[in-house]
Amino acid sequence: MSGIFNKALMVHLGLIVVLLALHFILPAYHHVSLARIMVLAVYALGFNLLFGYTGLLSLGHALFFAAGLYGAGLSMQFFQWTAGPGFVFGLFCAIAVATLIGMLALRTVGVSFMIVTMMFAQVGYLLILYYNEYTRGDEGFVILRELRVLGPLDLSAEDIRYLVALALLAAAILIKLALVRSPTGRILIAIRENEERTRMLGYDPFRYKLMAMVISGAFAGAAGAAYGILFGYVGASFASIQYSILPLLYVLMGGAGVVLGPLLGTIAMFYLIDIASGMTSAYLFFVGLALVFLILVAPKGLLGTVRERWAPWLP
Amino acid sequence: MTEQKTNSTKTKHFTRRDTLKTLGAAAGLAAGSHLMPLSGRYAQAQSSEPIRIGFQAHRTGIGASYGRWYERTTMAAAQLINDAGGINGRPIEIVTEDDGTDPKRGAEVVEKFAIQHKTDIVFGTLFSHVVIGSAPRAGELKIPYFVVSEGHHVASGKLNRYVLQPGITDVKSQVQSMAPWVGSNLGKKVTMIYPDFAFGHDHRDYFSAAIAAQGGEVIEKIAIPPTEQSFFKYFPRIPKETEVLYHVMVGPGVLTFVKELGEFFGSDRPQIFGFIDSLEAVDLANPGLEALEGTYFWEGFPRYAQNDGANPHDAFYREKVGVDANGASLSDPKDISTYAHMFGCWETLYIIKQGMEAADYKGPADRAKLIEAVESFTDFPEGPEHPQGAKIFNGQTHQVFGIQNISQVTDGKLKVVHRTSIEDSLYEPEVDYTKMAF
Repeated sequence: MSGIFNKALMVHLGLIVVLLALHFILPAYHHVSLARIMVLAVYALGFNLLFGYTGLLSLGHALFFAAGLYGAGLSMQFFQWTAGPGFVFGLFCAIAVATLIGMLALRTVGVSFMIVTMMFAQVGYLLILYYNEYTRGDEGFVILRELRVLGPLDLSAEDIRYLVALALLAAAILIKLALVRSPTGRILIAIRENEERTRMLGYDPFRYKLMAMVISGAFAGAAGAAYGILFGYVGASFASIQYSILPLLYVLMGGAGVVLGPLLGTIAMFYLIDIASGMTSAYLFFVGLALVFLILVAPKGLLGTVRERWAPWLP
Repeated sequence: MTEQKTNSTKTKHFTRRDTLKTLGAAAGLAAGSHLMPLSGRYAQAQSSEPIRIGFQAHRTGIGASYGRWYERTTMAAAQLINDAGGINGRPIEIVTEDDGTDPKRGAEVVEKFAIQHKTDIVFGTLFSHVVIGSAPRAGELKIPYFVVSEGHHVASGKLNRYVLQPGITDVKSQVQSMAPWVGSNLGKKVTMIYPDFAFGHDHRDYFSAAIAAQGGEVIEKIAIPPTEQSFFKYFPRIPKETEVLYHVMVGPGVLTFVKELGEFFGSDRPQIFGFIDSLEAVDLANPGLEALEGTYFWEGFPRYAQNDGANPHDAFYREKVGVDANGASLSDPKDISTYAHMFGCWETLYIIKQGMEAADYKGPADRAKLIEAVESFTDFPEGPEHPQGAKIFNGQTHQVFGIQNISQVTDGKLKVVHRTSIEDSLYEPEVDYTKMAF
């Protein structure tokens, strides 16, 4: 099963081509929704690297998403940068924040790690509110449409937005696939399964966990920067605890430790909320019901169950 | 074991050939579906009857208490409009979607209205962050977005030509119009207590400038962190020479704030002035709120029927939206309305009607004509369609201006003691949306 053109790679490449094909055939509403879903799925893919593969449950990932969002948004707002430099700066901010937080938070484990990451995210959220003069706090701000361009591409156009979101998702999927199938990915899984044994084998778990944290933060930051640039809004709600929980739900639903699980989870969660909220104000009840049902019948998530029963080769 | 075996026999190994076949089939599907260009899929046909109005409602989330009453007011006005023959001879249909008072979901809901529900316009949003989060998508999808938010974001020029606020005044004009009366009647040395986020900062900045123009000054600004649960520790910062305490606390802590404020001052207190935003949908008879007796509030539309003959249209409007003389639901006296704000939905719907009639609106192709028609309006006379009072509209800034009320808590009820003029609330335009392309 080794070699470039193996089954797993073909499935992932095939999915990217299918998503490209959907660009030409999807009804408009699903087309615009899928663009949004793909950006959020990048966020969840990054979360999954830390949670699903390395075994670290962060409850503060909104901080990294917001670092990318505000890094891009504020630089575009104050320096009149266009999307390219804005995105790169947003990504840089997320990587810097993830490195710093990782070095501090990874000194803790288990529940402590969850609490410490959550508290750092809360600090980030309150800083956004505190520096209201620059961030407009909870209200947020709009990124000027004329700055949302990448060379000749107008990123506020529906077709360009979809294709850029797809390009970002494709890059995220392929990077993550390469990573989890590499020796480094095996070490991350080893840390998840038994950190002490991994240490005994001569690896430095802290170093690898920090690397996973930084890459995961970079995915979140890339998604945040892209979200602001593609949809034109930057606001503090994206830094709130709710947006730290969302990728966890996406991953749990789609399947932790499966590369494509977060994408499937994001799609499922988006449409679950979209359809249920059209029928009742108690739509979160249905989200909860779905998660309980999932835990009962498919505790490893949708794709996790598929891998367990039918496709053990799925990375 | 049997099941396992069955499963394993069903397992099909995915070869490169299979993948290529699948991709080929997908490509064939695309080709066979007579690919419609993307612009065609996003375009709308001329809608036939009825006129569909997307109502972006805060049914859940922090804005739910406002959203509930915004929805009731909208439905009442829509019913009246339909009873009177609709718009251009067509009935209107309100299509409601919950935005969860969340800007991300708000933007998604705008997309849903524009593309899936194919509504003619989107209407009714209150919370500023939802408006600002949704506005870019409204502009990109070229769908008129009539907000009822009272935020200054529309008139500040940071949104786009598709966003209008013709049915409710903005916070800048409200705060500015309060200052002359506060300075003349309550005092000129003001201490402000406000939440440390955008809403509070707007009050701080606009009121500081407005009271300075009256010869007064803000002698202390006390920003309360949004997560604060208890407020006692902030009160010693209120200077002794304070003549007026100006407060705009909002959120679940407001009852604690008022209670602790009352306990701190006792009977020896400065004049207290606040915005009713803090206590919309809250019963003034709540235990602890006795401390508010004798204090003053801004109200957009007075919650309690005044019976002073100043507003001949209040009784009609009050009955139609199902509110009693105390501002509570006719069916449940404990269900307090958001009376100071919700008239904005009523008045905005009538302006949409007026705009569609002026533009001879027939369908989405006439959306730009609708916006131009509304931009051309200059004033809205007081009447059943504008029960809160007469208004002046600025087409350049897409913002309306109107009278404001200052009420005093007297015997547990709000009694109007001053009505501002429209002129008190005017300020220099900061944007000209009419120069922006559609």
